[in-house]
Amino acid sequence: MTASVRSDPTRRGRPELYTSYESDAALLNTPGKRWGVLAIVMLAAAAPFVLGNPLLLLLATAFAAAIGAIGLNLVTGYAGQVSLGHAFFVGLGAYTAAVLSGDPDARLLGFGLPMIVWLPAAALVPGLVGLIVAPLAARLRGLYLAIVTLGLVFLGEHVFREWRSVTGGPGVGRDGVQAALFGVSITGAGGGLDGAQKAYLFTFVLLLVAALLGRNLARSKVGRAFAAVRDRDIAAEVIGVNLTRSKLLAFAISSAYAGVAGALLYTLTRTIDPNSFNLLMSVRFIAMVLIGGVATISGSIMGALFITLLPRFTQLLPRFLPFIGEGARGGGLISTADLEVMLYGLLIVGFLIFEPRGLFGLWIRIRNYWKGWPFSY
Amino acid sequence: MTRLLQALVAGLGNGSVYALLALGFVIIYKSTSVVNFAQPALMVAGATAVIYLGQAGLPFPAAVAGAMALAALLGLTVERTALRPMIGKPVFVIAIITIGVDIVIRVVVNRLLGTNLRAIANPWGLESFDVGGVFVQQRYLAMIVTLAVVVTLLFAFFRYSRIGLALRATALDQETALTQGISVGVTFALSWAIAGALAALAGTFVGTGQSIDQQTWIIALKALPAIIIGGLDSVGGAVIGGLVVGVIEALVGTYQPTYAPWLGNNFQLVSPYVVLLLVLLVRPYGLFGTPEVERV
Repeated sequence: MTASVRSDPTRRGRPELYTSYESDAALLNTPGKRWGVLAIVMLAAAAPFVLGNPLLLLLATAFAAAIGAIGLNLVTGYAGQVSLGHAFFVGLGAYTAAVLSGDPDARLLGFGLPMIVWLPAAALVPGLVGLIVAPLAARLRGLYLAIVTLGLVFLGEHVFREWRSVTGGPGVGRDGVQAALFGVSITGAGGGLDGAQKAYLFTFVLLLVAALLGRNLARSKVGRAFAAVRDRDIAAEVIGVNLTRSKLLAFAISSAYAGVAGALLYTLTRTIDPNSFNLLMSVRFIAMVLIGGVATISGSIMGALFITLLPRFTQLLPRFLPFIGEGARGGGLISTADLEVMLYGLLIVGFLIFEPRGLFGLWIRIRNYWKGWPFSY
Repeated sequence: MTRLLQALVAGLGNGSVYALLALGFVIIYKSTSVVNFAQPALMVAGATAVIYLGQAGLPFPAAVAGAMALAALLGLTVERTALRPMIGKPVFVIAIITIGVDIVIRVVVNRLLGTNLRAIANPWGLESFDVGGVFVQQRYLAMIVTLAVVVTLLFAFFRYSRIGLALRATALDQETALTQGISVGVTFALSWAIAGALAALAGTFVGTGQSIDQQTWIIALKALPAIIIGGLDSVGGAVIGGLVVGVIEALVGTYQPTYAPWLGNNFQLVSPYVVLLLVLLVRPYGLFGTPEVERV
């Protein structure tokens, strides 16, 4: 597709002239996007050899979270179905991966299977559960759906807490996912690279694949059906979009993304605590989508990076603002941990009121300014 | 039999608290078509205010009244600052804003609460009457009576006062209400204030049997199954839904450990959500809710 765009002589010097629908709907439909994406990918691929290990691990976490955010954006942003239940599917993926990869001789259930088995399974199991829940969701609309998915988080939390042979129970937990590629552990040393470098590259590659899949889905027939359902479900039904099928698909795909994100997130941590898949985690994903940009893949990634790197930023604040205490229990007017949670809330409210398109919208504003320069429009 | 009756009394008592919270949800939903996810924050803010006012030396009724006023004021502020700019935007966006507001308020309240457990000094404690072998805790009776009084007052308010009529008119059709000279902004603000006051009252009762800590807010979310069971826009449904949720929770808490231990500890805490899923499977708009009619 890219080749046909380039070879078109009428486009020379006119990057936004499209002579076919195909080139308009292409994956990277302007030279700016092509070169921009190439530059970002090159920079990101070079990063592990420049940056320090703690930052690399944090970025790897952000990449894993971005996969989950893309999933939530597919169901909430593209298909317009509000889901507060993302944390449940993240947990499902994490435990699927942990059980399949876990040590068979350990205290908790484990099968010691390789990554080729547990990574697809971490997508499949939550996807299937999503399909089971979705018929209920497909009948509901708007806020009823939000409340049901919220209930799902509480039920999921209960199951994770009580199914002790799998999860270890609250306060104990179980070991994180054991990831190895060609016999080399991904988070440990070996293979000529540090654990953090390998973890970064591994999550980065998976994020690229996930983003590409998501973008392709969004511009295909399925994605257009999602958008039609979001914009006006009755109208969508009238023009022949199968409403139930679209909603089921959106939920299943989003849950699969969440599952992979869960598996990756807990590859990077040492233990899985069953209490972590709570409403706050769902809200964090909602915040990533809203702050990044609703119904954009690049926005989801920006949002995930922003939310995950936020603690790094708040930790620096006490040095400059004396009324902020350090750590979780610090003195002063407010501690950094509290401030971080509060910022999620403030940022959600602020972005929704002032820039509903999120960080992506800010980028569009900057881009349009330079596009029109020296004119204001 | 005694066990059953005791469970029922406790269930109706706690159910009254859920009903108070559910009433707040429904009143806001009816006037603004928004599910107010900030209700938990309003509840703990109210409970915290009662604690602080009590420590300041106010008698219990005055402390509760003061906390209700403060929570109403908080509701007003939230409506004016975060919600009013969003009028006309999709309801989902506004609902998410209330989630953001909820987080912000709770962080501040948690700071005030600290990490310790705080008790609300109240006149009932854990005292109980003995009615034919069934121990009825006084606080449960107080909750049920309070709910009855509140429902009667709200009914009279909506039925007989001019402002109540304005609220009902706004709930029916905002634009028509506006053309009739009703200030829709005032009715929005008022419904938030009422919801805030009810949440503070509910928070006080939550604090009578157990202490208030940073996890107390989760209790307020149990009003969500209640309003779903009752239907998002039905005031009567909210009361019934709240009581049903309370009773189910109490019954599950009493019998599940004996008859279905495989469901795990504390299953009663999540049982309302199971009921929620079951009800919505059968009736997507709750038991008393109005099915949405859409113009094509």
